[in-house]
Parts: sequence; structure tokens; C-alpha cells
Amino acid sequence: MAEGLEISGLSYRYGAKSALDDIELSVPAGRFCALLGPNGAGKSTLFALLTRLFVARNGMIRIAGHDLARQPRAALARIGVVFQQPTLDLDLTVRRNLLYFAALHGLSGRAADLRAAEVLERLNMAERAQEPARNLNGGHRRRMEIARALIHRPAVLLLDEPTVGLDAATRLAITGHVHDLADAGLAVLWATHLTDEVAPGDQLAILHRGRICAQGTARDLTGAGSLQDRFLALTEAAA
Amino acid sequence: MSWLIALRAILHREALRFLGQRGRLVAALVRPLVWLFVFAAGFRAALGLSIIPPYQTYITYETYILPGLCGMICLFNGMQSSLSLVYDREMGSMRLLLTAPLPRWWLLLSKLAAGMLVSLLQVALFLGIAALWGLRAPAIGYLAVLPAAGLAGLMLGAMGLMLSSLIRQLENFAGVMNFVIFPMFFLSSALYPIWKMREANPALARLCEVNPFTHAVELIRFALYGQLNLPALGWTVLATALFSAAAVWGYDPARGVQNRRA
Repeated sequence: MAEGLEISGLSYRYGAKSALDDIELSVPAGRFCALLGPNGAGKSTLFALLTRLFVARNGMIRIAGHDLARQPRAALARIGVVFQQPTLDLDLTVRRNLLYFAALHGLSGRAADLRAAEVLERLNMAERAQEPARNLNGGHRRRMEIARALIHRPAVLLLDEPTVGLDAATRLAITGHVHDLADAGLAVLWATHLTDEVAPGDQLAILHRGRICAQGTARDLTGAGSLQDRFLALTEAAA
Repeated sequence: MSWLIALRAILHREALRFLGQRGRLVAALVRPLVWLFVFAAGFRAALGLSIIPPYQTYITYETYILPGLCGMICLFNGMQSSLSLVYDREMGSMRLLLTAPLPRWWLLLSKLAAGMLVSLLQVALFLGIAALWGLRAPAIGYLAVLPAAGLAGLMLGAMGLMLSSLIRQLENFAGVMNFVIFPMFFLSSALYPIWKMREANPALARLCEVNPFTHAVELIRFALYGQLNLPALGWTVLATALFSAAAVWGYDPARGVQNRRA
């Protein structure tokens, strides 16, 4: 598990209100884990904790073997993150956006240029490098954010509802691409509320009201029925 | 090394954004220029100014408010760049910044330095336009004013950053204008000397004296004439340190912003 993501006993409260309760989750390297939950389940809170925007008093998060509480910089250096909210600078070019992020991870000069070219190539966006980010459509903006999240070669890729607002074809393409990244060795945690983004072989954790109410491979959890039915049954039963 | 790479990237990004956004550049300059060319022209006759340091002769009202308007640029820019972080689009970029594998205080100081850089660019352009209009300071003043305006920009940026981290309900910029910017600007020596205010209302004059913006303006005013106003420097440095510490505290992931929903 040294190269993957480990969460154990993680809880978080907003004042008196519990947002996450005793979360246990492991995503090994080379695995795509879908974190499926309805709106308000606690997915974004979990992502804020994983990226150290918040700090939890209870529980442990290990990223590629580094304890996020004790070695935050080493742990953050191994995370690539795509937030639900767009974080591109629309006034800058695609390349300049990538170089800015590379610099935040200590990469500059030729090394950063090469990495930017490499990740754009990987996302089939090399020809868009000099365009302002504003010119990109929603799908390409998301692709660019994924490219950016890969520029420092992270071990763990976190994506918080990355397909929100995209059309079906683009969602399919992006989901497929991130599955390929997992096949190539990344540990991927993909938060979503859309069951059609989960493949039967994916690791799946269903989050509802701050608790993981089911965990396993999607195929095992679904059984003979559909994932959507199972998801609705679990979240409605818990409600 | 990686710290400096990040600092340089944050400065570069802010400069590119500022220079790329023509509207922002024009708006930033129009505000003080309107004050200088319209407001000051109208008030010139109404306000008699005696000789006070650093001036050695009678001065026009335009000359008096020139440093105050430099302070105004730093005030608006510092607050705007920091407070824009709480709005959706910018909050995203702030999140990205804060997930960088560097100490958070360094990232926040880099952000402040970037805001200061933009303030300095605006102040330099504003003073250039004023000089073309005939409002000139000694040559040494143009050099000395840069660190003074830089420090003022840092202080006001830090104040904005502190507000953005500690105040949860900033509905819009207008609210900040009413409750922070206008009181700070009008309760200062930017538009009138404090002795004038004291004649009218001693209590308000006292407020002007404790307002850190007054000290920032006086620091700029003296620097513009090649002089160092030590008390003003001391108060401005102190306020910068306090506001910065509060901002770093506010952005500590275990404290300030933790109560804000993701």
C-alpha cells in the first residue's frame, strides 16, 4: 500500500454537525476507486481533508506512505487533485497554467516545459498549449485540469466530481481516460454521484451521511441488479 | 530552491493577469485620477492648508492628496486581490495554491507579495500620469516611495487576507467598501491633515491617529519627498506583522477556515 491512499478512523465535524464518521478506505496503486454518494454525503469534505485544506482531529490519512498530519509536504507532493470547482486561470494560456502549477511543485525551466508537453500529449491536447484557457470548452478545461494534476507525477490522483456539467460523450471520454491512468499505476479516488461512471471492476465505496455504508468491487456490491438500484436502496434505506 | 520557484511563479502569474486585464488596469487608474483631477480641483478653494512637514512651502490641494491617493490605490488593490479569494472563481485558485507542498505561511506571503507588486505597478503609473500633469516630486522621492508604497501594499493586502480568512459572510465587495475601505480612507490623513480634523472633531481625529492607513499614507507622503517618517514606518511594520500573523492563523487548516464548508 506504500504507493496508494490509506484512510483510517477519519471523522470530521462542522461544529456540532458530523460531516464524516469513522471513514476507512484504502486505494492501492493501480486501482480506480469510485466514491459514490448523493449530494451532501461528505465527499467534498473528505477531499478537503485529503488535500489538507482542513485538518481532522481524529483519524489518519497516508498518501504514498506519508502521514498527511506528520509529513504534510511530502504527502502533498504525491497528490494530484482535480477539484469540483474549476481552478483554471482563464486569462492565461494552457501552457502558462501548467507551468504555474509545476512551479508550485518546485519544477521550473526546461524540466517544467518538458513535463507540460508530456502531460498535454498524454491528454491529446498538445496543439492547444498556446491558447488562452478561456477558449477551451468545458471538456477540454477538465482535461487540462487532469493534465495539470499529473505534471509532478503524483502517486495518488483525487478527482472530486470532475464531470459535473459535461455532456455524455465527454464524460465517457474523461472517465475512460482516468481508468487508463489507474491501469498505468496511479491510485485514483474519483468522487461522483453518477452511477454510470463506475465500471464493474472498479473498487467502490458508497458514502452516505458521512459514513461508508458499503464497500467492495462494484460487481460484488451490485450482484445481479443494477448499481443504480443498489445505490438508491442503500441511500434511501439509510435515509 | 522550490520556495523561490513558487514565489517567482506566483509573482509572475499576478503580473501577467494584471497586465492582461486591460479593464482592471484602467479601473485601477481611473479611480485615483478622478479624485486627483475632479475632486481635488473642486476642493482646492475650500480647503486651506498650512505648511506642515514634509512640505516646506504652501502647497496645492492636489499636491497634498497625491500620497493619499497612492495609499488609496494600495488600499483598493490590497483588499480587492485578497478579498477576491472568497469568491467562487478565485477560491478555486486559492485552493490550488494551498495544496502546494510548501509551508502555508510562505504561500500566503508569496500571494501578498504578488498583490504588492501589482499595487506598485499601479502607483508607478499613477505617479507618472500625475507628473505629466505637472504634479512632480523630487527625483529621490520617486525611488523612496517604492519601498514605502510596497510596505503599505503589504499591510493592506495582509489586512484583506485576514478578513477573507476570518469573516465568513462577505456577500460582496460593496459591503467591504462600506464597512472597511471607506471608513479607513476617510478616517485618515489621505484627504485632509489630522489637525484639520481635530478642529472639527477631536474624537474623529483620535480615530484617524490610530488608523494604520494614516500611518501608511504618511510613510508614503514623507518618502515622496525623500524623507523617512520613523513613527509611521514603525506603525506600518507593526500593523503588517499583526495582520499577516492573523491571516496565517486564519488560513491554518486546523483553525480559521475549517469552519467554512468545502
